[in-house]
Amino acid sequence: MRVAMNGGTQRSRGRVLIGKPGLDGHTRGAKFIAKALADHGYEVIYTGIRRTPAEIATAAVQEDVDVVGLSLLSGAHNTLFPQVLAELRKLGAADVPVIAGGVIPQADIPGLLTAGITAVFTPGAPIEQILAAFDEACTRRRKMS
Amino acid sequence: MNTNEDFRRWENEILRPFLAQAPERAEQFATGSGLELPRLAVPAEPTAAYSRDLGFPGEFPFTRGITPTMYRGRLWTFRQYAGFSTATEANRRYRYLLEQGTTGLSVAFDLPTQLGLDSSDPMSAGEVGRVGVAIDTLADMERLFAGIPLDRVSTSMTINATAPILLAMYAVVAERQGVPIARIRGTLQNDILKEYIARGTYIFPPAPSLRLVSDVIAWCAREAPDFNPISISGYHIREAGSTAVQEVAFTLGNAIAYIERALAAGQRLEDFGPKLSFFFCVTSDVLEEVAKFRAARRLYARIIRDRFRCDHARCQMLRFHTQTAGHTLTAQQPDVNIVRVTLQALAAVLGGTQSLHTNARDEALALPTEAAAALALRTQQVLAYESGLAQTVDPLGGSFLIEQLTDEIERQAAALIAEIDGRGGMGPAVADGWVQSRIEEAAYRHQCQIESGERQIVGVNCAVAPETATPPVFAVDPAVEARQQHQLAETLAARDAAAVRESLARLDVVAAGRENVMPALLDAVRRQATVGEICAVLRGRFGVHQPSV
Repeated sequence: MRVAMNGGTQRSRGRVLIGKPGLDGHTRGAKFIAKALADHGYEVIYTGIRRTPAEIATAAVQEDVDVVGLSLLSGAHNTLFPQVLAELRKLGAADVPVIAGGVIPQADIPGLLTAGITAVFTPGAPIEQILAAFDEACTRRRKMS
Repeated sequence: MNTNEDFRRWENEILRPFLAQAPERAEQFATGSGLELPRLAVPAEPTAAYSRDLGFPGEFPFTRGITPTMYRGRLWTFRQYAGFSTATEANRRYRYLLEQGTTGLSVAFDLPTQLGLDSSDPMSAGEVGRVGVAIDTLADMERLFAGIPLDRVSTSMTINATAPILLAMYAVVAERQGVPIARIRGTLQNDILKEYIARGTYIFPPAPSLRLVSDVIAWCAREAPDFNPISISGYHIREAGSTAVQEVAFTLGNAIAYIERALAAGQRLEDFGPKLSFFFCVTSDVLEEVAKFRAARRLYARIIRDRFRCDHARCQMLRFHTQTAGHTLTAQQPDVNIVRVTLQALAAVLGGTQSLHTNARDEALALPTEAAAALALRTQQVLAYESGLAQTVDPLGGSFLIEQLTDEIERQAAALIAEIDGRGGMGPAVADGWVQSRIEEAAYRHQCQIESGERQIVGVNCAVAPETATPPVFAVDPAVEARQQHQLAETLAARDAAAVRESLARLDVVAAGRENVMPALLDAVRRQATVGEICAVLRGRFGVHQPSV
């Protein structure tokens, strides 16, 4: 239930998991980010839709990824994003940064950041900004480990 | 005065009998300055190509519209998609929309309801009442339509994998209101193929899912003849990133698959064909969209006539709902979305839609606030009452450019359908991911054009402005989940558990055989079996679909 992609022959920038937690079936954003990251030089694992937070965290650990990206457009982010963080902690992977995107009201963003999400992007965010956030998160994690 | 013979024939054979049944809204139609607006502008000397490709509204090939008078006879339906939280709260929004002048209801269900999970299911955590209303049992459905007489309103329900269950609930609610099931009006989305392609709310594998679709089509034709049993949807295909041509081709490709399935089940196209309905997306690309709607109408009519050898006009006419394109809305400078939605709605009306949903300006941020939802409805009302667009049929027909685009979209969509045929039809083309890959490629191209600046989006890659205060957004009360679970527990405690078990056992037998599932579903929902319980039975019989990703 996953696809690995990588964008080219250059040395990999790192490994990323793009996850769709919950019941939401909107994949346009997640798939675009996955492909853009691959083109940017990452090895990308895409989970497909309807994954539980535990499944996403387990896949992240098994695949030994540097960063997790979560996409959700259903409004369940306040419940599901913190659950993914909790599952990562349970598996001793609290150091894996999690970047999130989707239809997320501005008012919810500070709470998600406080909960431990590294960055949150909403519709219309330029891809350079998103790639830069992944680069920064990946570099920081690699320095720490 | 047009003296053309063909036009005369149309007036006598098509228009006159239609007017006798359905008079126009006014004796005369004129511009704001008093210039008379003809019902239909036609060339003084129609060529053979005109008669073949455009013809007259209300007859084959329906390029110019499905009825001879279009909006002069009846305006399109203002049908605003809404629903959130519990049934009681969604009911309040529906009554508000009806008071504001909406002319049809359109129910959004939450994801657990769409996926056959009860509100108490662990998989439902965080999703209850979010993107639509939570329905667990008939008791919820009764609350949803409390005080809304189902013989006087038509209801569209965006529900697919669990469509037969929700239709059964709707029918029983009508019955309990004293409205005969035969009189319910509305539309069930019930288009499972596009769920595998784009929208993602499938449960069962394709074969049993198509059987459920076919059961609903057969049941409606017999028991609820004014209910559209399916709305074959290009909307989500377009929203997933397809081009306009792909939207037409994949949607009509799905229509072909459903028709073939129903014919194979022994149904007659003359019986169910008139009730097949469609649902398209409309973007801000006004000229292309107008041409797309006209091309889709013509291509569908030709498919019904030539592929299925059916000459019934009511089977050939493509009736459709339109929704403005959610993917075009931006979180930046959200008020600009009002302008986008207006352009999109304009294109839908110029394209001859039968009903329309206009998105609210704040939908890139959250579900719409009440004020934003009302403004979206006002946009339609301005188009209907102030713009003059509703006073003449197919106003852009005959434009060199529109006709050229219409021809080209039809040609390319027909070629794509031929390619799908070559792959064994939509079933196999979807199963091996070919359709999804075509859409993903188009989506990626589109997004790259935005990122490179080749495609300009106001507020995103041009006319960027520093963000001012964000508008107030609608928030679903986080307590809704607990409230819904509590209501479910109450319903479960009050029902006759043995009767529920019996009805579910009966459903299991029917699901295993070939009998139509609807009567068993009606029985189960009457006894307050939950959506989750019913789906558990069906999952046991049908299995679940495992996507390749």
